[in-house]
Amino acid sequence: MRVMAQMAMVMNLDKCIGCHTCSVTCKQAWTNRTGTEYIWFNNVETRPGLGYPRTYEDQEKWKGGWELNKRGRLALKGGGRFKKLATIFSNPKLPSIGEYYEPWTYDYSTLTDAPAQEHTPVARPKSLISGKDMKIEWSANWDDDLGGSTATAHLDPMLKKIGDKVKFEFEQTFMFYLPRICEHCLNPSCAASCPSGAIYKREEDGIVLVDQEKCRGWRMCVSGCPYKKIYFNHKTGKAEKCTFCFPRIEVGLPTVCSETCVGRLRYIGLMLYDADKVLEAASTTDDQGLYEAQREVFLDPFDPEVMAEAEKAGIARDWIDAAQRSPIYALINTFKVALPLHPEYRTMPMVWYIPPLSPVVDVVQETGEDAEDKGNLFAAIDALRIPIEYLAELFTAGDVEPVDGVLKKLAAMRCYMRDINMGREPDGSIPAAVGMSEEEMYDMYRLLAIAKYDERYVIPPAHAEQAHALEELATECAVQDYGGGQQDLFGEGSGMPTPLAVENFQALKDRQTSDTLASPADKSGRVNLLNWDGKGTPSGLFPPQERDS
Amino acid sequence: MNEFLFVVVPYVCLTTFVVGHVWRYRYDKFGWTTRSSQLYENRLLRIGSPLFHFGMLGVVGGHVIGLLIPQSWTDAVGISHTAYHVVAVGGGLLAGIAAVVGMVILIYRRRTVGPVFSATTVMDKVMYAFLAAAIVLGMWNTIAGSILTIGGEYNYREGVSVWYRSFLAFQPDADLMGEAPLGFQLHALVAFALFALWPFTRLVHVFSAPLGYLTRPYIVYRSRDDQGLGSHRPRRGWDRVG
Repeated sequence: MRVMAQMAMVMNLDKCIGCHTCSVTCKQAWTNRTGTEYIWFNNVETRPGLGYPRTYEDQEKWKGGWELNKRGRLALKGGGRFKKLATIFSNPKLPSIGEYYEPWTYDYSTLTDAPAQEHTPVARPKSLISGKDMKIEWSANWDDDLGGSTATAHLDPMLKKIGDKVKFEFEQTFMFYLPRICEHCLNPSCAASCPSGAIYKREEDGIVLVDQEKCRGWRMCVSGCPYKKIYFNHKTGKAEKCTFCFPRIEVGLPTVCSETCVGRLRYIGLMLYDADKVLEAASTTDDQGLYEAQREVFLDPFDPEVMAEAEKAGIARDWIDAAQRSPIYALINTFKVALPLHPEYRTMPMVWYIPPLSPVVDVVQETGEDAEDKGNLFAAIDALRIPIEYLAELFTAGDVEPVDGVLKKLAAMRCYMRDINMGREPDGSIPAAVGMSEEEMYDMYRLLAIAKYDERYVIPPAHAEQAHALEELATECAVQDYGGGQQDLFGEGSGMPTPLAVENFQALKDRQTSDTLASPADKSGRVNLLNWDGKGTPSGLFPPQERDS
Repeated sequence: MNEFLFVVVPYVCLTTFVVGHVWRYRYDKFGWTTRSSQLYENRLLRIGSPLFHFGMLGVVGGHVIGLLIPQSWTDAVGISHTAYHVVAVGGGLLAGIAAVVGMVILIYRRRTVGPVFSATTVMDKVMYAFLAAAIVLGMWNTIAGSILTIGGEYNYREGVSVWYRSFLAFQPDADLMGEAPLGFQLHALVAFALFALWPFTRLVHVFSAPLGYLTRPYIVYRSRDDQGLGSHRPRRGWDRVG
C-alpha cells in the first residue's frame, strides 16, 4: 500500500444555474493575459451540446486519454513514445483555434470618437488573433441554454452514442449545465504525453501542474488530454492549465471557481488513495467497470491500518483528519451519489459530479403531478430513459444502473425531507427504498443542502514550517529575484516568470487601456514594480503625459 | 584576410554559440520553446514542417559524416571515391530538396497567413534570412559544385573538411579554406553567422529534442519542496561568510 493524498472536487449539478460566474472569476484571476484570450480553465457547458472545444468528447477523432491495447495493457490512445516523437514536427491531433473559438474584442473607440451622424455608429468585432475585422461564428459557450441547438446539437458525441432518440423539439427537450475544470487525474494522460516531462503531479496533494520552465511547447499534452483542459498559450509558446488555484489551496482557501460559485454547488476535500492500485484499476477490461474500479482505489481514512500507512508515507496528522472530514469522501464513498466524468478515458479523473435530478423533476412538474412524491419521481426516473441514458454516457460509460441509483437517492431525499419540513411524521420506508437509514438520509441532506463553508471546503493548509516554499506566504522575496534587467529580450513574458503572488496590475491595465486590439504593440511594455528603484520613469510605468496639460 | 575570415570569425561565432546558450539557459528557460504557430494554421504546416525538419535531420547527418570522417578512413575501409560521391550527393540531394521545399512552404505560410505573420518577431526574420541563405548556398555547392562541376572539380573532403577538423582541434589551417571555391567559403561564413545568432533565436529548441521521453516513466511526480517549483525557488536564509 502506498498512500497518497489527492485534493479533489465534487460538483452538484442540480444546483448549477449556468450563470458562468465561476468561468468569469477564473478567467479574471488566471487567463486574462495576451495569448490566453481563448483559454477558459473553467468553462460551463450546456448539455446536450458540443462542449468546448467543439466535440472534444469524440475520442475516435481526437485520440485523447488511454485505451487497452491488443495485449490488454494500458496505452496512450494517441500513440506511444515513438509515435509521439515521430509526429513531433506537426501534431496530427491538435484542435485548431477554430475548434475553440477565435477570441475577439470590439472596436469601442468608434462609439466614442464618431462624429455626429445620421446613423448610430457600430462597434465592430475585431479578432484578438489577427487584429482584423472578423465574423463571430463560434465561442466557448455558443450553444448556451440550447441556443442554436437545432443546428448543432445532433453533433454532440454523447447524443450520437445513445442513437437518434432525442428530438430537439421545444416541448421534448431536457438540459442541464456541466461546469468543467481540469480533472487532476490520478493517471493523467497529459503528463504521460509530454515529451519534455514538464507536466507533473504534486506528491503532496495530487495537483497536476505544468512547469513553465521545462515546457518546450510540443503541444502533445493538448492532444493527450481527453477533456481538452490543457491549452497552448500562443504568445509564450507554453502549455497552461487549471492549477486548482494551488496558491490558495496551500493556505487553506478554496479555488476561485468554488469561492465565487453562486449556487454553492462545489465541494473540495482530500481523498486518500493507494497509488499502487491505480494502474491496475485503469486497466479494468470493461469500460463500465471503471467507476467501481476507481472507487476501489480510494482508501478508508478511518481504517487504522490506512492511517498508520499514511503517517508512514509522511502525510501529516491534520491531513488525515481532514481526509476523514472530507465532503468528497462522503459524497463518493459514503453516500455514493458522486460519479466521475467519463471514466472510460481511463485517466482516473478526480473532479466528480452529482448528476442532476432536475430534468426528471421538470417533466413530472409539467404533467401537473406532485413532483415531490416518491412514487411519481421513481416512476419518472424509470420512464425517462433518454435523459438517464445521456447522463450515463457522461458519468458511467453508458451504464444506466449507477445513475439510476443516484437519482433515486436524490428523489428519495426530496420526498423524505418534505415530510420533515411540513412537520409531518417522517416516512422511514423512503430511505429504506434506496438502501439508506433515516439518519444517513438526513446527513446527506445536510451536506447537499445546508452545509456551511467549512463543511463544503475541508482544505488542510500546507504546513507553516514549509512557508518559505509556498507561493502566497513567501517571506523571502529578495527584490533581485524577480527578473534581471533583461527580461524582454525574447518577446513577451520572457525572463524569470512574475511570481504568482504579485498580480500583474500594470500589464492588465496596459491591455485595458492600450490602443491596439490584439496585444500591446510594444511587447516590452511591462514594468515590474518590484524591480523599480524609484529612479527615472521606465516606459509603461506611468500613463503617457498629455502634452497640452 | 584568410586568417580573419576562417580563423577569427569562426572562433568568435563558436564562442558566442556556446556562451550564448549557457547564458540563455540560465536566464531564459521560460522563453526556451518552439513557439509553435500550429494553433493558427495547420494545413500548410502539416506538409511543410515534417518535410523541412526531417530534411534538415538528413542534412545535418550528412554534414557530420562529410566533415568529421577523414577521407583516409573511408579509403582504408575500401570505399571508392566514386561510390562515396554517389551516396553523398544522392543522399544530400534528397535531404536538401526536402528541406528546401519544406522551407519554401513554411516561409510562404509565415508571410501569407495573417496570424502567423503577426507572431513573427524581428529576430525570427533575421534568423530566417541566414538560415535560408545557408541552405541555398549549400544546395548550390551540391548541385553546381558536385554535379554540374561549374568552376572545376573540387573535393571538399581534402579541403573544407580538413580545415573544419583542424578548426575543431584548435590548430586552424586557414589556407585550406582560402583555396576552396567561393560557394563553400560563403556557405561556411553564413553558417557560422547563423551559429552566432542561434542562442538568441527560437533555434534553441533544437537542443530540447526530447529524447529522455523514451526512457522516463509516463507519469512524473514531484514534491512541492523540489527546487524550481512554482515561480521562484526558495533562497538560502543566510549569507556566505567571507
